[in-house]
Amino acid sequence: MRRTTLTVNGVRHELDVEPRELLVLALRDHLGLTGTNIGCDTSSCGACTIHMDGQSVKSCTVLAVQADGAEITTIEGLASNGEMHPMQSAFNEHHALQCGYCTPGMIMAAVGLLQENPNPTENEIRSDLEGNLCRCTGYHNIVKAVRAVAAG
Amino acid sequence: MATTEQPARHVGARVPRKEDPAMVTGQARYTDDLTVPGMLWVAFVRSPFAHATIKGIDTSAAKAADGVVDVFTGADLADDFAAPIVCAWPIVDDIKIPEHWPLTKDKARYAGDKVAMVVADTRAGAKDAAELVEVDYDPLPAVTDIELALADGAPILHDDLGTNLSMTWRHSEHSPVPARGKPEDVFPAADVVIKEKYRIQRAVPNAIEPRSIIVEPSPAQGEFTMWSATQIPHIVRTVLTLMTGVPEAKLRVIAPAVGGGFGSKLQVYGEEALLLVGSRKLGRALKWTEERQEAFVATTHGRDVVQEVELAADRDGTLRGVKVRIVCSMGAYMQLLTPGIPLLGAWLYGGAYESDAYDLEINGVFTNTTPTDAYRGAGRPEATYCIERAMDALARELDMDPAELRRKNFVPADAFPNHTIVSGLIVDSGDYHASLDRLLEALDYEGLRAEQKARRERGDNRLLGIGLSTYLEMCGLAPSRVAGAIKLVCGLWEAAQVRVMPTGTVQVMVGVTATGQGHATTFSQLVADQLGVEIDDVEIIAGDTKQMALGMDTYGSRSLAVGGIALHLAGEKVVAKARAIAANALECAEDDLEYDTGTFTVKGTDKTMHVKEAAFAAWTAHALPDGMEPGLEATHVYDPPNFSWPAGAHGCVVSVDTETGEVDIERYVAVDDCGVVVNPAVVEGQVQGGVAQGIAEALYEEAVYDEEGNLSNGSMTSYLVPTAAEIPPIETHHTVTPSPTNPLGVKGIGEAGTIASPPAVINAVIDALSGLGVTDVQRPATPQNVWRAIEEARQ
Ligand code: FES
Ligand code: FES
Repeated sequence: MRRTTLTVNGVRHELDVEPRELLVLALRDHLGLTGTNIGCDTSSCGACTIHMDGQSVKSCTVLAVQADGAEITTIEGLASNGEMHPMQSAFNEHHALQCGYCTPGMIMAAVGLLQENPNPTENEIRSDLEGNLCRCTGYHNIVKAVRAVAAG
Repeated sequence: MATTEQPARHVGARVPRKEDPAMVTGQARYTDDLTVPGMLWVAFVRSPFAHATIKGIDTSAAKAADGVVDVFTGADLADDFAAPIVCAWPIVDDIKIPEHWPLTKDKARYAGDKVAMVVADTRAGAKDAAELVEVDYDPLPAVTDIELALADGAPILHDDLGTNLSMTWRHSEHSPVPARGKPEDVFPAADVVIKEKYRIQRAVPNAIEPRSIIVEPSPAQGEFTMWSATQIPHIVRTVLTLMTGVPEAKLRVIAPAVGGGFGSKLQVYGEEALLLVGSRKLGRALKWTEERQEAFVATTHGRDVVQEVELAADRDGTLRGVKVRIVCSMGAYMQLLTPGIPLLGAWLYGGAYESDAYDLEINGVFTNTTPTDAYRGAGRPEATYCIERAMDALARELDMDPAELRRKNFVPADAFPNHTIVSGLIVDSGDYHASLDRLLEALDYEGLRAEQKARRERGDNRLLGIGLSTYLEMCGLAPSRVAGAIKLVCGLWEAAQVRVMPTGTVQVMVGVTATGQGHATTFSQLVADQLGVEIDDVEIIAGDTKQMALGMDTYGSRSLAVGGIALHLAGEKVVAKARAIAANALECAEDDLEYDTGTFTVKGTDKTMHVKEAAFAAWTAHALPDGMEPGLEATHVYDPPNFSWPAGAHGCVVSVDTETGEVDIERYVAVDDCGVVVNPAVVEGQVQGGVAQGIAEALYEEAVYDEEGNLSNGSMTSYLVPTAAEIPPIETHHTVTPSPTNPLGVKGIGEAGTIASPPAVINAVIDALSGLGVTDVQRPATPQNVWRAIEEARQ
């Protein structure tokens, strides 16, 4: 067991984790933050995407101990003061989700994308979201939602 | 302008989904998000061999490992099951259905077959201990190819059956409705006969949420609660009762939020039965969550069919007959509906076209592969692919434009309502010319043909292709009598319950469970209009057999066309009761009341009573009509008179690079007719998602088995589920031909995209290359397969 400090959604946690424990499991199993989902075991699907020190990261590719000292935002921490983040509202407004399983990761990736590139073209959105799989929507409305947020 | 206050109308509006706020904030609860106090974790030991005799299993090392509670083999659980895994669709009397136990005892028959179950106190501990189970396998030759499985000398999967052929179903022999005519009366004299052969590759459904199951026992009561990522909690409950003897009344099955199913969760899996039996044996709660690479072998696959089709036609293009023989892989065993999947397409190989004769033969074959079962569209994508490819082949043979050939042969709009198609089934309504016209206009078909010609003439190595797919499908399988006639061992009714609470909110229980389709929103729209309440005042409760005991669950695009109608009719009963209450309160005859969106008005007066007020009156029960039961609620169980028959025209425009074989989709246009649309956003979403899955089948995805029978691309890094970068924008249009068979005029839309799109894409690829003599390309049309088709045509 290794003592690990994580600041998640603004709250500091001290955890004892197995050295082989993945960050995504630490978030889900230790902190009960089950909004971050697991869709694969090959870092392919992006369902587990979070923000770590301001960057979007697949939390199944990071060991919890590697995240020691990091600032982490999960889907649960994206809304502020009870107001949904514009990306969350846009996903709702543009019907960019169906089963919702890819959605937390997709939203975190999309927010990260706009932080890097506030005015992406449709093609840039599509290639930037390449690490996030959705089996339900055909991506059409996801792209629409991201464009709407970019357009303000 | 004067405005009168109009009650809000919700049906037909693009209402944003009520499900979304929980999902976009991470509050939706999927099965793997749940924890039960004291629960243990399960891991399964699966055969690494596609075919092997099991000579012995040594569980001692696993049992001795830290944190391991128990390890079970098939032999250990022999007395815990009342019946093996159930196949509910024995489509012919002489079908061969092998015994299929949750843990195989004698032989492993596919790579992934379950051999043992490990229970430990942690997820990682169970997984580690599974590695310690020592199984003594004696490997046998395996067969994974459909045609090889029927060849002389092929390894036999089920020794007691003595053959890999499970069944043969012939339309002429087994269909409860006769075809219009027999091919043998038509083909010999036909001007033109074309013969084609297609292979529809095996696909892995890959819902992004892997399966997950929790079973919590209450030993003192003998009760069990199961949470499962399933489309069918009610059927799971009934089937598990048959398999385990746990009484239905003591088994509660809950499908919480479910992360997509697409048919792969239309199943009662061995894992569900094993967790139930294991928790009964140990008196402990058990949990198992599938890992993705495990899912690739453990969750049912789809398709895997070889088709031989012949069309007979006149020289002018008039279609005369359709004759098809298909061979389908069942996989190693029969799952819930395995043999019935091809049957769902058995009346559709004639497409949306008139002709004189029809026959189809279905053969089901065992191979050393993961069992197949429903995958979005189930049988209908296969049928549509076959006829739509063949129509293009016929057009090439006759040197006709493929749009023209289709137009010439469509069932005309004036043949409806209730037209008997060539395969003998009765189609409710449709206007196929209208959908095609709309598509051609949206595509600028003439313009595209000119561009195609120009590119060919200037020797462009990026050739343009235009592919059409004008599909007809049947969904909302019904009525139950028909299900019986085609040997499905269940009814196909659906149930709903509407309860207006004393304070005017509405509680609705439905038997259909959502896995992303937006039921809560669509159903709330119906109820809000019917009872004159706000959408947010309607609470939709589903996916829990204790809260809603009646239900036949979700598959086959039935949620609205069957479940929604049950809901509408339950609502009608509520309105009828409210009317009696209002007439009594307003001291008039029931006939003197007009009803509009929640409000009863005494004709010619301003005296009114709202349904909400009637609900309060029904609750206090102070002044109800004599003999009336208190409370304002009703249940309706609806058995539809017919399927619903969506149709449409899809068009795909591709550029094919003749040097690299690369296919680029330039445009994809879908025109669908699903009758009356309740929520256009939801309908378009269904089409876009379905089309994306169909494009994936056409261009990217294929489950590939190696010589030894291992799935060689069983992970998300090697099996290419397309991303946003591969899937093009999808343009959606609608035509509306209401269904005359139900009071809302609705049809299903959940599968249309997946049914229509693969032939549109492949026809486009072949159309692009037809000038080079290409007439076929192997699915998926990867650069390699396209390049090979070009090379073969050149030789
Ligand atoms: S779960 Fe992390 S990428 Fe799939
Ligand atoms: S909404 Fe279901 S996987 Fe994206």
